[in-house]
Amino acid sequence: MGWRKAAWHKGAWRKLLVLVAVFSVAQLARAQSPKYGLGRTPTAEEVHAWDISIGPDGKELPPGHGTPAEGEKVFREKGCNVCHGGTGSGGPAPTLIKSDGKKKSVYPCLVPCVDDSNVMSLHAQYATTMWDYINRAMPLNKQGTLKPDEVYSIVAFLLYKNGVIAQDQVLDQQTLPKVKMPNRDKVAAAPEWKHGLPRLAGYP
Amino acid sequence: MYTQRVGYDKVEISANPPVKERSVESQSSGRRRFLKNSAALIGAAAVGVRSAGARTPAGGVENPDTGSAGMGNMDMPDLEALIAYGQRSPFVKSHRISVMERMSPDEFGMTFHVLSPLQDSVGMITPSSLHYISTHRGSYVPNIDPAEHRLLIHGMVDRPLIFTVDEIKRFPFVTRPHFLECLGNRAKPSHKTVQQTHGLTSCSEWTGVPLSLLLNEAGVQEGAAFMVAEGAETVKGATSIPIGKAMDDCLIAYGQNGEALRPQQGFPIRLLVPGFEGMHNVKYLRRLKIVDKDYMTYNDYGHIVPDARVAALTRIIGPKSIITFPSGDQKLRGPGFYEITGLAWSGSGAIQNVEISTDGGQNWKLAELRTPARPMAHVRFAYPWTWDGKECVILSRCTDELGTRQPTRAESAKFFNKPDDADFRPPGADNTVMPWRIAADGSVHNGLA
Repeated sequence: MGWRKAAWHKGAWRKLLVLVAVFSVAQLARAQSPKYGLGRTPTAEEVHAWDISIGPDGKELPPGHGTPAEGEKVFREKGCNVCHGGTGSGGPAPTLIKSDGKKKSVYPCLVPCVDDSNVMSLHAQYATTMWDYINRAMPLNKQGTLKPDEVYSIVAFLLYKNGVIAQDQVLDQQTLPKVKMPNRDKVAAAPEWKHGLPRLAGYP
Repeated sequence: MYTQRVGYDKVEISANPPVKERSVESQSSGRRRFLKNSAALIGAAAVGVRSAGARTPAGGVENPDTGSAGMGNMDMPDLEALIAYGQRSPFVKSHRISVMERMSPDEFGMTFHVLSPLQDSVGMITPSSLHYISTHRGSYVPNIDPAEHRLLIHGMVDRPLIFTVDEIKRFPFVTRPHFLECLGNRAKPSHKTVQQTHGLTSCSEWTGVPLSLLLNEAGVQEGAAFMVAEGAETVKGATSIPIGKAMDDCLIAYGQNGEALRPQQGFPIRLLVPGFEGMHNVKYLRRLKIVDKDYMTYNDYGHIVPDARVAALTRIIGPKSIITFPSGDQKLRGPGFYEITGLAWSGSGAIQNVEISTDGGQNWKLAELRTPARPMAHVRFAYPWTWDGKECVILSRCTDELGTRQPTRAESAKFFNKPDDADFRPPGADNTVMPWRIAADGSVHNGLA
């Protein structure tokens, strides 16, 4: 152990600190540049074609527009009514329009539960969530076939039928993100995640 | 023995004739069996490889006796079971079941929730064939050609990148055990077995690339707060994950329990978000978009709640433990020695200890951990016990490395100022203590009933 003790005389600590600092800066620089050189850079067109995520501020929404009346037509033309029910409820697929309370969805009701149905128009915090989901996942087995105008129309129809927007409201890139959803301020975000924190201090 | 070896050597259809392993079942074989087997091998040689590759995504179990129907005790497994891909004993019947509340396949033929048979489990790893299944609001299992599959990383990054699966596999890999658990894994009084009460959790040894390596290649920009992960299945299931977690310990996995991921588990690549509720662990991963806020996708919005405390309990799993033996619908054959055994896990790290009570929760004793306790992985515990033949209630509870202990239902109710009655539903991901009641006749029952 003698050699180790001898090495750690006063000046050595300072030198070590300098070394650590230099090394850290080098590591930082390295972290910001590619290390492995694998993969390729996609073209802007590729990214645009792949990117179907619509965030709450709606900045990725494509041009287009739709009204509740147009949406009612699209709802039938595209066969939404076949699975979701002619009135938007009572079908084998999730309830889209709040029912009169007689027809209950077979799906478990999510909290906050409205009319025993997990109605997206009432539950979602943002109308962009509806646009995003209908565009990416509907109609079943024909995903990706709806045109932007059709998606805007269906969202408008469902929001109108659930009492969220007026009958003459036009939804487009600007108006859709501004729709004040009933649940907008009624839900709580999970706390910021940090490594090593318990999921909820004091529980139980 | 010798003639069989000759038979196999002569056929020479594959590079890996496991001659020695054949000896186990060769004792009862006669010449007739040998001849039949050789013929079957020759006949099947042409289709053997194709057969091995054509296993359906649905994971249908093929009957090992297919090749020898009507031969009585001359039964021989077919070529696939014999050489290409081993099968379990036909005497072992352990199998998954559908969640009763929503059957799979559903009205549209989609899979939703399928439960793993925990009552039959041993060790800490769930066989891939018995891994629970949960999909993003129901979906079909896609049949993806890995050569065609791509992963795109874009959004708030310096260098958008697109990777083939082969390129991802060239990155330095890690292999780690991690559990997955669905938020819907919640015991109800009506459930009979541990498969029904707790079957939406499983644990695999995963092999993959740390997500942080790939994100560093792309260069995450200042101001990034979340990552949207998206799958390639028909509904393109997506979810938002905090960027801090994404850069911490997430994996892009391509291996599961020593082989390629199963299609039901996301072949060819999936995201693993250790300790977070199952929904975040996106299968068939095709796109990662770095963004400045929670994108509230369809899967995210379904989990929003009015209470921030519940939101916290919803995102991260456990600590949680469950006794798998003795458990509901099993039976003790009279008083005497048994080992109480089960699984424990936590979304916040490794399990530190597991305690057992055999008197309804009055006294607790430490169980033994029989497998390594790894972060965000199942650990197998056991407690040697002599049953006196009297009715009793057995329970397990665990504590994780942060010192957080699994709550009882009463403790959860007290925390939320609610009465601990039959209507109480522990908020968030339910990790409360599960009681099993052992009757004097040795039958085991759901202690919540």
